[in-house]
Amino acid sequence: MAEWTPDQPLVSIRDVHKSFGELEVLKGVSLDVRKGEVICIIGPSGSGKSTLIRCINALNDIQAGSILVEGIEVHDPDLDKLELRKKVGMVFQQYNLFPHKTALENIMMAPIKVLKEDPEEVKKRARALLKKVRLEGKEDAYPGELSGGQQQRVAIARSLAMRPDVMLFDEVTAALDPETVKEVLITIKDLAEDGMTCILVTHEMGFAREVADHIYFTDRGVIVEHGPPATFFKKAKDPRTREFLSQIL
Amino acid sequence: MEDFFRQLAAEAPRWNFIFFYDERSWNRIVEGLYYTLILSVACVILSVVIGVVGAWAQGSPSRLLRNIVQGYIQFFRNTPPFVQLLFFYFALGQFTPTYSPDGWLQVPIISNVGWAIISLSFFAGAFNVEIFRAGIEAVPDSTREAAEALGFSRMQTYTEIVFPLAFRVSLPALNNNLVNLIKTTTQAFAIAVPELLYQCVTIWNDYPSAQYPTMLLLFVVYIGLVGILVFGMHKWERALRIPGYGV
Repeated sequence: MAEWTPDQPLVSIRDVHKSFGELEVLKGVSLDVRKGEVICIIGPSGSGKSTLIRCINALNDIQAGSILVEGIEVHDPDLDKLELRKKVGMVFQQYNLFPHKTALENIMMAPIKVLKEDPEEVKKRARALLKKVRLEGKEDAYPGELSGGQQQRVAIARSLAMRPDVMLFDEVTAALDPETVKEVLITIKDLAEDGMTCILVTHEMGFAREVADHIYFTDRGVIVEHGPPATFFKKAKDPRTREFLSQIL
Repeated sequence: MEDFFRQLAAEAPRWNFIFFYDERSWNRIVEGLYYTLILSVACVILSVVIGVVGAWAQGSPSRLLRNIVQGYIQFFRNTPPFVQLLFFYFALGQFTPTYSPDGWLQVPIISNVGWAIISLSFFAGAFNVEIFRAGIEAVPDSTREAAEALGFSRMQTYTEIVFPLAFRVSLPALNNNLVNLIKTTTQAFAIAVPELLYQCVTIWNDYPSAQYPTMLLLFVVYIGLVGILVFGMHKWERALRIPGYGV
């Protein structure tokens, strides 16, 4: 395989098919994400968008097609998953923090245990990350003592502590109270502005329009339409896209 | 004090607290207590270790390993511990190698105390596997997935995240099983382990007048022993409580 260079797409998805038993969820999806790009995947529930981003860090396997992350074939059976997971960070809808660890420990755990980095250095970085997600002073709080929005920001910091090259956000504001959605979105926007490559599955159309470089609309396992936000939201061509947008906007 | 119990035995013949004034009986009680404590501590530790390892093996990708654990649980959970003790000591005990300390005597490398510890630990361990498994199942898959996405290996996910959470969920049920285990150590009597019940029965066979007092002693000792365990376990439960978390 040719060496990956930064001028090639960081994530390259080609004709991916994925089924859960009889149910085919992805029916030939292709898309590219370049370094520093922010893309949003939108679409009705059950259209396969979460499944797609879970395939990117091999939480789900695929039946056909290929997914390359910096030239690594994600679904190669001999893949060293650790190599992939160092490159790909993921944030979940339900935050999934480790409830028995404090905010700071949640962030420090993976760099220390997985990357075997120096605990003192990691601690400094973890504190800086908490500051970055605007949670200074919450170092010793347990997840159960934080609001949903705060937990989600710790989860983002936890993922960033691994210094990934691309971040996956799987409906990260869907479980939040309306008033805390904003603080999480601001955090993601900061990241995007810092040049982090981001792939988001989201229902926040206003946010998608604001931060995304490119929007993909999926329905029933295929990408129906895609384009930059300006054209996508104003001049959607496909009737399915228009119907979806009219319901949600 | 001794005189008081001597006096009591003379006046009330059924209440002969012989172990309080007869040195030989007192030594028997002390020895019995010693073995009861050895059995209890060893079996509690070993059975918890068996539970942890077994529960981990139950989640293994290897079908063979899972079936072995399942077979083990079925065998030890569905047969009486009394029968297990007899089986270990009399059946398996026949096949264990012996050594000779003096060139004449042949001593098996595993004594009856050893067999009692092994047998009772495996018995309680079978329940502990199930208890820990239930705790592991209570840890959401999504938490495991988050660890996986951060690059944790299966082993690391188990030791760092799944087990510490599962253990907290399992503690109340574990507590119950360990209480039962301590009480079940009395069944080592069957293979002549000189634990407390064995010593007490010996005493009241020699002195029928001491039967009530020794029975009373048994109750008091076990209430105390189990009380200490329960107290310790509750303290541990409180110490492990996570602020803002359900268990």
